[in-house]
Amino acid sequence: MNPVNYLYLAALLFTIGATGVLIRKNAIVLFMCVELMLNACNLAFVAFSRMHGNLDGQIIAFFTMVVAAAEVVVGLAIIVSLFRTRHSASVDDASLMKL
Amino acid sequence: MENLIALLIAAPLLGAVVLLCGGRRLDKTGHWLGTLLAAVSFGIGVVLFADMLGRGADDRTLTQNLYTWIPVEGFQADMAFQLDQLSMTFVLLISGVGTLIHVYSIGYMEHDERRRRFFGYLNLFVAAMLLLVLADNYLLLYFGWEGVGLASYLLIGFWQHKPSAATAAKKAFLVNRVGDMGLSIAIMLMFTTFGTFAFGPVFGAVGEASEGKLTAIGLMLLLAACGKSAQVPLQSWLGDAMEGPTPVSALIHAATMVTAGVYLIVRSAAVFNGAPDAQLVVTVVGAVTLLFGAIVGCAKDDIKKALAGSTMSQIGYMILAAGLGPIGYVFAIMHLVTHGFFKAGLFLGAGSVMHGMNDEVDMRKYGGLRKYMPVTFVTFGLGYLAIIGFPGLSGFFSKDMIIEAAFAKGGTEGWILGGVTLLGAGITAFYMTRVMLLTFFGEKRWQPTASDSGSAAGSGHEPHPHESPKSMTVPMVILAFGSVFAGAFFEIGERFLKWLEPVTGYSHGNPPVSAMTVTAATMVMLLVGVGIAWAMYGKRPVPVVAPRGSFLTRAARRDLYQDDFNHVVLVRGGEHLTRSLVYVDHSLVDGVVNGTAASVGGLSGRLRKLQNGYARSYAVSMFGGTAILIAATLLMRAV
Amino acid sequence: MSAVAATATSSGEAVQFWILGTVAVIGALATILMKKAVHSALSLAGTMIILAVFYLANGAYFLGVVQVIVYTGAIMMLFLFVVMLVGVTAADSLKETIKGQRWLAVLCGLGFGILLFAGIGHAGLGQFNGLGRINSAGHVEGLAQLIFTKYVFAFEITGALLITAAVGAMVLTHRERTERAATQRELAERRVRAGVQLPPLPAPGVYARHNAVDVAGLLPDGTPSELTVSKTLRARGQIRDVSSEALDDLKALEQRSAERLGREEASQ
Repeated sequence: MNPVNYLYLAALLFTIGATGVLIRKNAIVLFMCVELMLNACNLAFVAFSRMHGNLDGQIIAFFTMVVAAAEVVVGLAIIVSLFRTRHSASVDDASLMKL
Repeated sequence: MENLIALLIAAPLLGAVVLLCGGRRLDKTGHWLGTLLAAVSFGIGVVLFADMLGRGADDRTLTQNLYTWIPVEGFQADMAFQLDQLSMTFVLLISGVGTLIHVYSIGYMEHDERRRRFFGYLNLFVAAMLLLVLADNYLLLYFGWEGVGLASYLLIGFWQHKPSAATAAKKAFLVNRVGDMGLSIAIMLMFTTFGTFAFGPVFGAVGEASEGKLTAIGLMLLLAACGKSAQVPLQSWLGDAMEGPTPVSALIHAATMVTAGVYLIVRSAAVFNGAPDAQLVVTVVGAVTLLFGAIVGCAKDDIKKALAGSTMSQIGYMILAAGLGPIGYVFAIMHLVTHGFFKAGLFLGAGSVMHGMNDEVDMRKYGGLRKYMPVTFVTFGLGYLAIIGFPGLSGFFSKDMIIEAAFAKGGTEGWILGGVTLLGAGITAFYMTRVMLLTFFGEKRWQPTASDSGSAAGSGHEPHPHESPKSMTVPMVILAFGSVFAGAFFEIGERFLKWLEPVTGYSHGNPPVSAMTVTAATMVMLLVGVGIAWAMYGKRPVPVVAPRGSFLTRAARRDLYQDDFNHVVLVRGGEHLTRSLVYVDHSLVDGVVNGTAASVGGLSGRLRKLQNGYARSYAVSMFGGTAILIAATLLMRAV
Repeated sequence: MSAVAATATSSGEAVQFWILGTVAVIGALATILMKKAVHSALSLAGTMIILAVFYLANGAYFLGVVQVIVYTGAIMMLFLFVVMLVGVTAADSLKETIKGQRWLAVLCGLGFGILLFAGIGHAGLGQFNGLGRINSAGHVEGLAQLIFTKYVFAFEITGALLITAAVGAMVLTHRERTERAATQRELAERRVRAGVQLPPLPAPGVYARHNAVDVAGLLPDGTPSELTVSKTLRARGQIRDVSSEALDDLKALEQRSAERLGREEASQ
């Protein structure tokens, strides 16, 4: 098997995650889809690390995880406060960005 | 000595500032202060005059440069004064007559609670007028020009509670604005042509400019003169300006301010000498106004308006003379000075009559006043004799010189202008005799309820004509002296001619007829005018209510339809122009603008459907965009 | 695993890839298609664990462990926690409300995926060098060397980022109390003034047989009273109706007792 398949898998997972972002209304699920996309990227990084024979890709993936953790913390806090004011976690309810 | 020049202006200016800012605590003393400062100015003028006489004819010009007013590279305007014989003449006239009228106003305005303010305005006027005649460049002259316009506006509308006075003030201001525009354009033209607007450099460089440029400058200066001096076509404001207090009419609208146009033209003699076409227009304007004012003066029953018509006509004489070039400059100024004396005297006399008649102005309701107001009668009568040119009095000399000069212009023009001035002399004799007869002779025609002019004090009571107080009669007497002797004084030994010649130049012209013939013709016209007036108003009783009169009379009563003309041509025309512009604006400009806006709006209305506010919709756009970017990248690499 | 190498992989890894890869894709699809957020979260956790295995297979041992501990352990638990906190809402319905959104999304996804695949297929991916040489000096030591030398600034900055995120989360979720907390006495007075429900709310559960909190207590006529169930369950519509069951039980009981009594009568 060619390790390039890992990249194809990463691309597939990323696409699924992106599509999920577009079709789900629940902000929490939406966030999960974003996490899925990040993980797909991480997989690609790891595969590239193996391809180039150095550890830089893994370091980048490591940083991605840290940033993702920070993002999740803040994002979920936003969802909670949004839920408190709107009593809903639907992204469609916060449709104030229109004329 | 030249340091005194600024003081000439500073004294009345100080008076204006103190009186206008001083508040009510000056109500009791303000008029004395104002009069004193005007007199101080006159005193300084006399000192300077004496000094000037002591020097040679070529060494009489004094200059004083206070400071640089506008110090811009290439655009230098100095706060600088120039006192030569021409300015000196005006200084003495303005401050002298001005002081007399200040004195007169003390009595005339005695019962007016805003007297302090009145004196403040008068002082402001004197200061501005002195600035006008003392300036050594056109920009500073323009400053003074606007200053007298402001003072005139304030004083015409002094009784602002009367709507007619407020309207008249506004009218005077607006009409003057047209003339002022001419002056500003003339100054700009001078600046572009000569690079300066100081008198000396401009007059020195006249020879280098083309005649077309000089003609343009001359015509613009003439427009300015027309506005300020009430010449056709900007004459309409002067009659209404009589709404102001009578001393104002005497000082500003007879003796001094309205002659500023004559001053401007004589001062700019160098420019006009280089532009014969402009000079011709000047003489035409003068001739037309001369007849216009005289005809209007014949029909008015309002004593002040009749005198206003007369003023217009006499200034027409001056403008005409100024348009004749070196032949007439000196006589224009000479007539200006003598006119300043007798017309101011006549106005003061009219004011005295009104003072005694409860502010009645309709001459048909006077009659037989010579018994009640002897001093006024005598002074007014002397002024009358002076203006019609009775032999020996000042008007005789000055007007005669202008008529001679008009003939001396030569050719057909000379005959026409001479004829017009002769005819004017006849009409002058007619309307002034009419005024005299209606006011002082005949039966008394005033009635118990005669006063309907709105004076609160005498309304409903029979007027008791009485002589005015000393403060009013003394200036009238002094001015009467001037009216009688000034002309002869100037004429004996050609003093005035020699005095002014270094400034304005003089040429004798080539008179086609002898001076004696002209004088004789003038006398004949005078006698004819007086005779007709006597036949119409002296022999038979005068009706209190004006008869309908001929067409010409009715036209003249309406100022020869000048206001109607202005209304039809300017107001209506302006309205039509505005309306059509509004139509174009609405249909074309707004059409394009609104069409653009509507199409953009319609397009946006469709585009905004994309802006549904759902984050996920926007995310789809982003995602699609990303896909397109990847496609583009791949495509570029494939290529 | 030290044989992680080269262009081709061992057949063991190939088998592992194809099986676990399929599971990962199924997990991802389940994440976006499951109706309930809890199920989505669990599916995602499964996918992440599989990804951890793939990390290990690619020689990223440290990252694989971190993935399990941090991602699956901490972050996904945080997700679950928030799901529980927020509860079930109407947003969970999969019904699409924006017109054309789903079609567009699927279309974009398909196009994106195809393009991505084409890109990877097109890319000149060189030799896979493998990590054998690098990892031979110690995997974690190698990572540490990079982090604390080449990437030390990025590392420090991520530290700052984490602190900021923690503070931010606290600020976002903190609610300032705008008025004094009501005392017991005030609460009681307020309740009396409102006059809606003076005594404590009735307890849930029926006849000692169904004493779960999601079972509404029955009124004397046998209908369930929603007052007895907690507000959250009521909002989620998670009330279990056992009234008919209870009545059936009652009927059966009466019947049995009647039989018993009848038999006893008969036996007498």
